[in-house]
Amino acid sequence: MSDVRESALPAQSPPVERAETAKVDAPAKLSWWRGDGGEGVKRNLGLLATLVVLVVIGILTRPDLYGDPNWVWGNTLTILKLASVVGVVTVGMTFVIIGGGIDLSVGAIVALAGVWCTTVATQSYGAGGMIFTALTVGLAVGVVNGLLVSYGRLVPFIATLAMLVAARGLAAEISDKQTQVSGNTFINGIASTNVLGIPLLVYILVAVVAAGWVLLNRTTFGRRTVAVGGNPEAARLAGINVRRHTVLLYALSGLCCGIAAVMLTAQATSAQAAMANLYELDAIAAAIIGGTLLSGGRGTIIGSLLGVIIFSTITNLFAINNLSAEAQNMVKGGIIVAAVLVQQVQFGSLTQFLARNRATTT
Amino acid sequence: MSDTGKPLVEAPADAVAGEVVLRLTDVVKTFPGVRALDGVQLEVRAGEVHCLLGQNGAGKSTLIKVLAGVHRPDSGEVVWRGEPASFANPQAAMRAGIATIYQELDLVDDLSVAENAFLGHEPRRFGFVRRGHMARRTRQILARLGHPEIPPGRLVRHLPAAGKQIVSMARALSHEARLIIMDEPSAVLAHDEVANLFRIIRELTAQGIAVIYISHRLEEIREIGDRVTVLKDGRTTAASLPARETPTRDLVARMTGRTIEYVFPQRPADHGGGAELLRVDGLTRPGEFADVSLRVRAGEIVGIAGLVGSGRSELLETIFGARRAHAGTVRVNGRTLRPGSVGAAVRAGMGMAPEERKSQALLLGEPIYRNVTLATFGRYARLGFTDAGQERAEADRIAESLELRPRDVRRPVRTLSGGNQQKVVVGRWLLGDTRLLLLDEPTRGVDVGARAELYQVIRDLAARGVGVLLVSSEVPEVLGLADRVLVMREGRVVREAPAGELDENTVLDLVMAGSLMEGAPA
Ligand SMILES: Nc1ncnc2c1ncn2[C@@H]1O[C@H](COP(=O)(O)OP(=O)(O)OP(=O)(O)O)[C@@H](O)[C@H]1O
Ligand SMILES: [Mg+2]
Repeated sequence: MSDVRESALPAQSPPVERAETAKVDAPAKLSWWRGDGGEGVKRNLGLLATLVVLVVIGILTRPDLYGDPNWVWGNTLTILKLASVVGVVTVGMTFVIIGGGIDLSVGAIVALAGVWCTTVATQSYGAGGMIFTALTVGLAVGVVNGLLVSYGRLVPFIATLAMLVAARGLAAEISDKQTQVSGNTFINGIASTNVLGIPLLVYILVAVVAAGWVLLNRTTFGRRTVAVGGNPEAARLAGINVRRHTVLLYALSGLCCGIAAVMLTAQATSAQAAMANLYELDAIAAAIIGGTLLSGGRGTIIGSLLGVIIFSTITNLFAINNLSAEAQNMVKGGIIVAAVLVQQVQFGSLTQFLARNRATTT
Repeated sequence: MSDTGKPLVEAPADAVAGEVVLRLTDVVKTFPGVRALDGVQLEVRAGEVHCLLGQNGAGKSTLIKVLAGVHRPDSGEVVWRGEPASFANPQAAMRAGIATIYQELDLVDDLSVAENAFLGHEPRRFGFVRRGHMARRTRQILARLGHPEIPPGRLVRHLPAAGKQIVSMARALSHEARLIIMDEPSAVLAHDEVANLFRIIRELTAQGIAVIYISHRLEEIREIGDRVTVLKDGRTTAASLPARETPTRDLVARMTGRTIEYVFPQRPADHGGGAELLRVDGLTRPGEFADVSLRVRAGEIVGIAGLVGSGRSELLETIFGARRAHAGTVRVNGRTLRPGSVGAAVRAGMGMAPEERKSQALLLGEPIYRNVTLATFGRYARLGFTDAGQERAEADRIAESLELRPRDVRRPVRTLSGGNQQKVVVGRWLLGDTRLLLLDEPTRGVDVGARAELYQVIRDLAARGVGVLLVSSEVPEVLGLADRVLVMREGRVVREAPAGELDENTVLDLVMAGSLMEGAPA
């Protein structure tokens, strides 16, 4: 391979170019474990560093707890469990944002799917019926979102905001504003089962993240997602059906919400219209902190996962120090702002000042 | 200070023609893995048009970005008006009197023409932008640029590519500049607009303003240039040659290190014998083009000549399904295409390299190979899983045949020079089984050597039975490459003939006859 390229160089090729060929051949061997983007890796290392800092803060503030290895292991699982439901939602959200959209209705979809799968009628079909219902409801609402955005030409923000309100309304209607208890031991067991000492919920998260990674980095679906979000006009002129793909993206997000609904219902052994409140904010924030570009075309699943884990670590940090949820929200808000600022400095933004410097990137 | 009668650009009172205003010594600029500038010398005098020549990727745009304060040089000296200068950002360079028209458009789509022209230095009073004043000044500049029809209030998003180019020129002229840098300004301009541009450049230099002019068209450099500096692989290989007297062979040899015959590939003896591939009947889009009918046979190259705004690009996009026709049909191999569907066109074997590479064709942050295979990655995939190895191999092949530099296809397209980005756009459709290729300005910004390669590639495709429909603002290109030529004016085909029966002047006359002979389309 590389010798072919060498010989293809003209004889009088300048030394500059030859040096460069040699230089870039090395990383090729490494590229199987990452997307070809490459720069995402550096950013993810930054996120890992942030995580380490958070853990160090934990150790410094509660040395007593961190002295006990059993507690540390248990606490780690608590954090991952805390991250699992939002993590699944965030995977779908990451696809939507990379594809140039946004989905504000995820929390509402989780609630609707959770309520729908715990009605007396649905529960009578057993665990299979409940899971099927949750996934189908999530998928269906996602498809409606997608149709509104791509064929109805609504701005994603507006379409999914409307869906947020409507789906929560429908969930309240179905549940008659009551908490619906899940009597299904299999469903409830999803949250309480451990396999090899690790909660099943964490396995589900890992499975969804792995599937999302493969989908984004190794399939035509992922390639279309990046193209549609990065430059919709170029994607269209390359023969990609941008509208259909947009529908699929929101459908995928809805499906993830369906999965999350089952997980959350299992955790609470019940469902109600107000569940999964503000999940849209957590998911969007995690994706952005993870390096997903809000304007589309760039983002990584691993980054989003790290974003979610960072958030749940912060939550945990406040909990073990007995601090208030309000203080916690302020810190989270600050982190989101910081992440977006970093992103703007890195990738340029729409403000006039930066637009004028845009020549730098061409 | 009254607005009327103000010169286009305030002439610097102390500009002395012939005085050296800018001198660069041993300027070096590296990017990760690339030495874009590797010791550049340049000397520019007041009142001259100094041309920069060099192959794609030679470092021309990087050099001017150093001058414009976009990049900081790693080493070397920049002396601006007698003093060592280092511009921290573009604003600093502008304040010092250097205005730049970049190769890639850098306009803000959602601002108006006037706002773009005065971006960053809006006329203000008491902290408020003087909108009326700004609009008036913009209108004046546009009128001087020969485009009074562009409304200052129109959003830039709604302008065609050539209109955007005019706006970025207006931006450069809105400054009080002593040096105006133009990076391939003529690449998007049609013949008459280039003449217009040259008139403006002459006005500027007559006022003692220096102009650095970059173009791959040697004819232009002969016509407008005073002196030429040649870059090769980031180094100055010849400084300040006389623009008119230096023989073309010399210039090309210094640019490329070899001699290239700038000729079109031989036409096959019996062209036009293939089966009819494309048949367009009565295609109409009100305000863009009307009642266009044309045929393309297998193995035939059909060229469309016409001014920017004559509806050529719109026609191509409509045939491709990117715009929906108001009336008329497009048939490929006898089957009518679903109107307004790019997917249908691509499935029928059509491919189109669009006019504007940055906004219509490229994913700038993605690697080269993914851009090359953007339309074909599905074909290399198995069960929906992409095959990066094969995609890279195919992209490598294209990169080689089009002399892409640097050749490494894993680099982001963003880091390629303009001409090399253009090769990626065209290369995309050389893959797979494209049977009908629509090319809109395929050689925009491509250097002399690579251009000859590209012509050969297109001719080879035709020899293999591919039909080609080619739009170009360069009349010699249309005449030299195409078998048959259609001349468009104001949205209508006014002449169709074998290329051999037309010459440049005839075509130019037809193209520019204006509305004297025929009314505008409905
Ligand atoms: N931001 C960047 N990062 C990495 N490499 C870059 C970057 N910008 C330019 N280069 C590289 O520097 C070299 C010079 O590019 P430059 O754009 O100056 O060429 P050019 O002479 O303007 O070519 P063209 O005629 O095609 O416009 C090229 O090899 C290009 O790939
Ligand atoms: Mg350039």
